[in-house]
Amino acid sequence: MNIKIQNLTKRYGVQKAVDDISFEVKTGEILGFLGPNGAGKTTTMKLITNFLEVQEGDISIDGKSIKNHAETLKRHIGYLPEHNPLYIDMGVLDYLGFCAALQQVPKQAIPERIREMVRLCGLDREKHKRISELSKGYRQRVGLAQAMIHDPKILILDEPTTGLDPNQIVEIRELIRQLGQQKTVILSTHILPEVEATCDRILIINRGKIVADGTSATLRKQAQGKEVLRVRIEDGDSETVFSALQNIYTTELVDILDKGNHLFEVQSVTDMSSKREVFQLCAKNNWVLTEMTPLETKLEDIFRDLTLN
Amino acid sequence: MNPLWTVAKRELASFFDSLIAYILLIIFLVFCGLFTWLYGSDIFLVGQASLQAFFSIAIWVLLFFIPALTMRMIAEEKRNGTIELLLTKAVSDRQLVTGKFLACLLLVIIALAFTLPYYISVSMLGDVDHGAVWCGYLGLILMSAAYIAIGLLASSITDNQIVAFLLAIAMGVVFMLLLGFIGNGLPGILGETLSYLDFRGHFGSMARGVIDTKDVIYFLSVTALGLLLTEVSISRLRA
Repeated sequence: MNIKIQNLTKRYGVQKAVDDISFEVKTGEILGFLGPNGAGKTTTMKLITNFLEVQEGDISIDGKSIKNHAETLKRHIGYLPEHNPLYIDMGVLDYLGFCAALQQVPKQAIPERIREMVRLCGLDREKHKRISELSKGYRQRVGLAQAMIHDPKILILDEPTTGLDPNQIVEIRELIRQLGQQKTVILSTHILPEVEATCDRILIINRGKIVADGTSATLRKQAQGKEVLRVRIEDGDSETVFSALQNIYTTELVDILDKGNHLFEVQSVTDMSSKREVFQLCAKNNWVLTEMTPLETKLEDIFRDLTLN
Repeated sequence: MNPLWTVAKRELASFFDSLIAYILLIIFLVFCGLFTWLYGSDIFLVGQASLQAFFSIAIWVLLFFIPALTMRMIAEEKRNGTIELLLTKAVSDRQLVTGKFLACLLLVIIALAFTLPYYISVSMLGDVDHGAVWCGYLGLILMSAAYIAIGLLASSITDNQIVAFLLAIAMGVVFMLLLGFIGNGLPGILGETLSYLDFRGHFGSMARGVIDTKDVIYFLSVTALGLLLTEVSISRLRA
């Protein structure tokens, strides 16, 4: 199902938590929602899941506005809220059964769905416990399981991997990737490698506004512009090497990172590469080039650039 | 299955899981039993084979019993954030409120069912007006329904269970005592209106064995109004 968000605004008093945002997500797409705390990620998700009422702008799912069709649309949405609220005094299986029934899974299909979720989310060893006895990671899995119990076409996951250990994180990401092939997934996170690992598209939101939208590759390209190399040149006097690097016509800025280790950072002029020139310089002077690493602009940098001011 | 029943079933299960149900049932039965059989103007003192003594004490016990049931219903969901879970599932606000209401009402009916031995004992002691007894039970159920709706409303406007409990009792005192008291003291139409809104007047005539549609309609409308306002109060969370 396709989700279309048009000019969505949400005010809390005078403050706009979400400020006139528009975007679309299509079936088979995993959209990563990125932004600093309080940027409006959670609010947007609450609006899509109809926990909050849409007052300005519109959200439509497969052409149906959530304002008029909330009751039918909710059935197709699986939602993992931010703090993963659960009825902790219920047993895992009871709880999943309750959620399935609430989402109107036919009665005879419920046991099968529960089995499937227990398998998918790795709850087999914990399934006979009460939720209050589970660790945070397992509670998170239960939260994911309840979100997917009715096999929804849309998954809205607010920080799905918080509290999971590294192995679980990898598993859950893999799971989301698999699910994302047939479903529409929106997930929020502030763990940047996570978006890169799981999402087809990234939406960075700051102070209620969208500040970037694209794949991690395109975002990188936009932000990058200049080539930055980290080079280690041995067997030469650092000062000499430094001035020689500066004299290459393609370099714009040279920095000594570590004198003792002969490490330099070379930034090239826009749209130019200094790789070959650096190599030839070393060859000419009999210096030994032991390292040359192109530094990619990290997603962290893009994120900071876009959200810090 | 209608999600309304799913909600009701979970609430009932959670009553019995958490011992709340057992504790409340025991307290209810101890108090009702004490005042019906042993203390105050009990059956032996009155010397009539009727359940009047039980009915007049039951409404006061329910004044505390019902808020204890309803206080956590919505306040706890708000406090724990599970309300977000419920409201984003394929359940309408009305189904949610009605489901919770039915769970409470069912527990009250279970509590009342445990007092049926009183009825059997009294009927063995003498000639009981059976119609009046059933009428009284119906009255208790109707009054409980209205009071549960009020309790749910109290629970929906706060996320603190204690506040919900006290608020429900305060509203119960208004409906059971104050309205009648003030209504009797005031002259004219205002006095009559206030007395009309009093719970005990309507219940009293039913406990005597008189079913007046006016009384039934009164309790049903208070119930409906309470549930409706609860629904409004929940929908305001979405704003």
